[in-house]
Amino acid sequence: MKLSRKWLSEFVDIEASDREYDEAMTLSGSKVELTEDMGAGIVNVVVGRILSLEKHPHADKLQICRVDVGADSPLQIATGAKNVAPEDLVPVALDGSVLPGGVRIDAGELRGVASLGMLCSVKELGLTIHDVPYAVEDGILILQEPCSPGQDIREVLGLDDHVVEFEITPNRPDCLSVIGLARETSAVFGKPLHLHEPKVKAGCGSLEKLLAVEIRDPDLCPRYTARMVKNVKIAPSPAWMRERLRASGVRPINNIVDITNYVMLEYGQPMHAFDFACVNGGRIVVRRAAPGEELETLDGTRRRLTPGMLVIADEHRPVGVAGVMGGANSEITGSTAAVVFESANFNGTSIRQTAVALGMRTDASSRFEKGLDPQGTLPAVQRACELVELLGAGEVLDSVIDVKAADFPATVLSLDAERINRLLGTEIPAPEMAQYLRSLGFAVTGDRVEVPSWRSDIEHYSDLAEEVARLYGYNLLPTTMMRGETTQGGFSDVQRARRLAGTLCRGMGYSEILTYSFVSPSCFDKIRLPASSPLRNAIRILNPLGEDTGIMRTTALPSMMETLSRNYSYRNPSARLYELASVYLPREGETLPEERQLLLLGGYGDMDFFELKGAVEAVLANMNIRGVTFAAESEHSSYHPGRCASVSAGGVPMGTLGQIHPLVTEEYGMDTPAYAAQLDFPAMLACRAPEARYVPLPRFPSVSRDIAVVCDASIPVAVLESCIARGAAGLLKEVRLFDIYTGSPVPAGKKSVAFSLTLRSDDRTLTDAEADADVRVILDLLHRELGAVLR
Amino acid sequence: MKNELEQIRKSALGAFAAAAGTAELESLRVRFLGKKGELTALLKQMGSLSPEERPVMGQLANALREELEGALDARVRVLEQEALEAKLRDEIIDVTIPGTPVTVGHRHPLTIVLEEALDIFVGMGFEIAEGPEVELASYNFTRLNTPEGHPAREWQDTFYLSEDSGVLLRTQTSPVQVRVMEKKAPPIRIVAPGRVYRKDEVDATHSPMFHQMEGLVVDKGITMTDLKGTLETLVKKLYGQESRVRFRPHHFPFTEPSCEVDVQCFQCHGAGCRVCKGEGWIELLGAGMVHPRVLAGCGIDTDVYSGFAFGIGLERMTMRRFEISDLRLMFENDMRFLSQF
Repeated sequence: MKLSRKWLSEFVDIEASDREYDEAMTLSGSKVELTEDMGAGIVNVVVGRILSLEKHPHADKLQICRVDVGADSPLQIATGAKNVAPEDLVPVALDGSVLPGGVRIDAGELRGVASLGMLCSVKELGLTIHDVPYAVEDGILILQEPCSPGQDIREVLGLDDHVVEFEITPNRPDCLSVIGLARETSAVFGKPLHLHEPKVKAGCGSLEKLLAVEIRDPDLCPRYTARMVKNVKIAPSPAWMRERLRASGVRPINNIVDITNYVMLEYGQPMHAFDFACVNGGRIVVRRAAPGEELETLDGTRRRLTPGMLVIADEHRPVGVAGVMGGANSEITGSTAAVVFESANFNGTSIRQTAVALGMRTDASSRFEKGLDPQGTLPAVQRACELVELLGAGEVLDSVIDVKAADFPATVLSLDAERINRLLGTEIPAPEMAQYLRSLGFAVTGDRVEVPSWRSDIEHYSDLAEEVARLYGYNLLPTTMMRGETTQGGFSDVQRARRLAGTLCRGMGYSEILTYSFVSPSCFDKIRLPASSPLRNAIRILNPLGEDTGIMRTTALPSMMETLSRNYSYRNPSARLYELASVYLPREGETLPEERQLLLLGGYGDMDFFELKGAVEAVLANMNIRGVTFAAESEHSSYHPGRCASVSAGGVPMGTLGQIHPLVTEEYGMDTPAYAAQLDFPAMLACRAPEARYVPLPRFPSVSRDIAVVCDASIPVAVLESCIARGAAGLLKEVRLFDIYTGSPVPAGKKSVAFSLTLRSDDRTLTDAEADADVRVILDLLHRELGAVLR
Repeated sequence: MKNELEQIRKSALGAFAAAAGTAELESLRVRFLGKKGELTALLKQMGSLSPEERPVMGQLANALREELEGALDARVRVLEQEALEAKLRDEIIDVTIPGTPVTVGHRHPLTIVLEEALDIFVGMGFEIAEGPEVELASYNFTRLNTPEGHPAREWQDTFYLSEDSGVLLRTQTSPVQVRVMEKKAPPIRIVAPGRVYRKDEVDATHSPMFHQMEGLVVDKGITMTDLKGTLETLVKKLYGQESRVRFRPHHFPFTEPSCEVDVQCFQCHGAGCRVCKGEGWIELLGAGMVHPRVLAGCGIDTDVYSGFAFGIGLERMTMRRFEISDLRLMFENDMRFLSQF
């Protein structure tokens, strides 16, 4: 809402500077978004009177004029304009002046003749012919305003105004008006509000015989008020009205249309004017649209109406979409003789839904949709008719049509000062509260508060508390710390585990990413998810921004791949990333899905399977997850069939890791191997061992023995290790793989695997002989079970 | 004999000084001071001396032995020192060569800000609550005093998952308030961080998914001045003790009175600059006293209890903190971006 300070001053007289005003209004809840000095771009431009004109001695197209600019002697100015004549009053940019857009005008010479300024057109002053309807577009502005040489042009054209743009919250449609903001201003500054009661002379015939109004759908139209004007004389509005419209960001059009806009801005009540000649049968019917009905609106678009939409109709056809836009069939034109002024109250939700459905949100609809004051229709229509008479735009007929579907009783609340103080933490006396409320138009008698009709947002004592607090000043309220029972606070185990997992991943060199929870349905194919996979059963967003954010993810692998791929396309040589990602898994018989967290690690560039596996092992170990085993997994179609492992702990499956299948990396436009691990976070938490207990340090030395065995190349290391562990009769404390070798002299199809074994007894020092005996047992077992022989 | 002693002294000292290594000194020790060495050999001839001369010569010989042993040890120490110095000289490295790389990953900037804020609230006795992102409209709207037909519920602003508009992607973390109040009796002090969704096209300041942190306090005698005190503490802990805060009336359906909280611009200290878009203040969060209707809807007796709630947009806070100019960077996860934090 743009507010002209000049217009405001008609209702309330304050002395605050622009900055003080903006701040006080902001801190009382009417937030100032922007402020603008209308004539800020114009400096040193004054009114000049043309005294004489003569031909330029050296140029056919130029004239030399002498101009009285209110100074001691006239100025000589050369101009190419053809529309100026002696005695004309024109805007003159003096030496050293500035025009909108930062254009600077200095004295100079034009073809050998001194020129001490410039005569200005409308455009050069940053205006259009809508602002100054009598002006010509391609010539100097010949002023028709009463003014005298030397006067500042900003004053003459009403550009000496300060415009304040407010952000009005949706609960305060009353503040989308000059009067509403004036009321706030008056309350905030403690200055009286001067309201004007419109007075209409009328007396130009009776309305009743000509027009009748019927509301068929009172649920959508609680009140319809109308008056009529005959012998309409369409003309431009006077300067003062155009200036105020312009300052409010509304383009002046003609007197009748301007009056409707002016009243909407002043009272906050949208008005509509239409041509009486187009109302068939002299009846206005307010009803829901009939199925299949159509209407061409004022913007020239044919609209298909549906039965949920409210229309203003005559006997046969709609002439406007109620509260949104009028119909082209009843538009005011130059030949309009009689005008109906409509000032109605509509159901806000219905208007909003109609505007959305038709894709046209107008000034009127955006006000109606917030729910307007049903008592506001009458003063607005009276004001419009008053302005018609003031502007001489027509003759107002007697009487007003005012159809009400219901009474509109005022909301009455009780002023419970004790309770308000208890909520605010203040000790504001009841009379002070009453005073604040009265200044906003509430009627307060004792503890009875009658809420003004324009404040439908006030329904509750807490609403009154806000009114009191904001006029008292939020920033003057004391600041206290909560008393009462102390609460423990803190993080849950899961929350702490998440932080630990993040810290560990970063310790392994992986950086955290955040990716969208919604993905494209095509991502399942991109990661080669089998057609039968239950993960393809994802929740669909019914109104997504686009197909590529159409479903809630059931797997976080596509998000990781997308991120790796993006980094790859940015030519980042390598990436190591992790995310604690939620997936959304539909549940049979439940309305809401399961939201489950996965820990994803991914990377590419100077990386192999074992680097990723090492990181996963370290993360799991440091989260105190014991008994972790890895098994070859060749069935997971997103991964390389020979470089993928499933991870579990104590038989509980925890996830998968490996090299991404080359066909998947190719899908993501990556020409390099990528690796990823997906771990189920709840499963990880379920596998955490209890906190460590101290085990006494060994008192006896350990013995180490290195062995290298040759076995079939297909036997996994894990199988060899478990065989070794079983053969050692409890003395083996550690098995460490240190070499795998294939090639000569090891026969083809075989491999040599070397382990370092650590043996130790807890109750004696092991002799070499004991250790050697253990190793022999181990070697025997390796040979018997796996055909492995000492190399 | 005296001359011969002197002779040994001279040649021994000369040989010690000339020795180039500890091994050579060891052989010189044997040659001069050993059991079969020159000094011992000379002493064996003591028998040929007169009884008067014998003790004198004996004394001289012992003195010489002591002197030579001392000289030899001193020379050993010198040579060892020289050897160590030479070794250290050989071991000189270029300390300006970069260290062996140890890559440590980076926290996402949003996590940095979130964890800092959570730590502050935990320190103030808050628990961290969580709620679902796929949420029922009743929690996200109806029970937050946003009835059906309210513009916030339009399909153009909210992502819906069911045709009857009953299931949606939560548009705010506020439904967690209702879920907590439903389950837990006061006193309640929680913050609830999480993802929220609104139907905004992606641009430099908008994203269809972003993060909020909700706060809720419900107890006997909670007042608006408590709300001010708590939020002022938060701001001072986040932005320093000298930061200035102001409270502005605002509107939210589920709080009354409601406010927005601004912090004075760190850049210009209120004068107005590019960072604060000339306003001198930067909008930080929305808050208010929990609407009595919301409390009552959760079965909380509004004659006994009151509460306040607040909501913070984490992306904006993060962008301001690290001077990140484009919201899209936050979800692009470019390594060159991530590794700056």
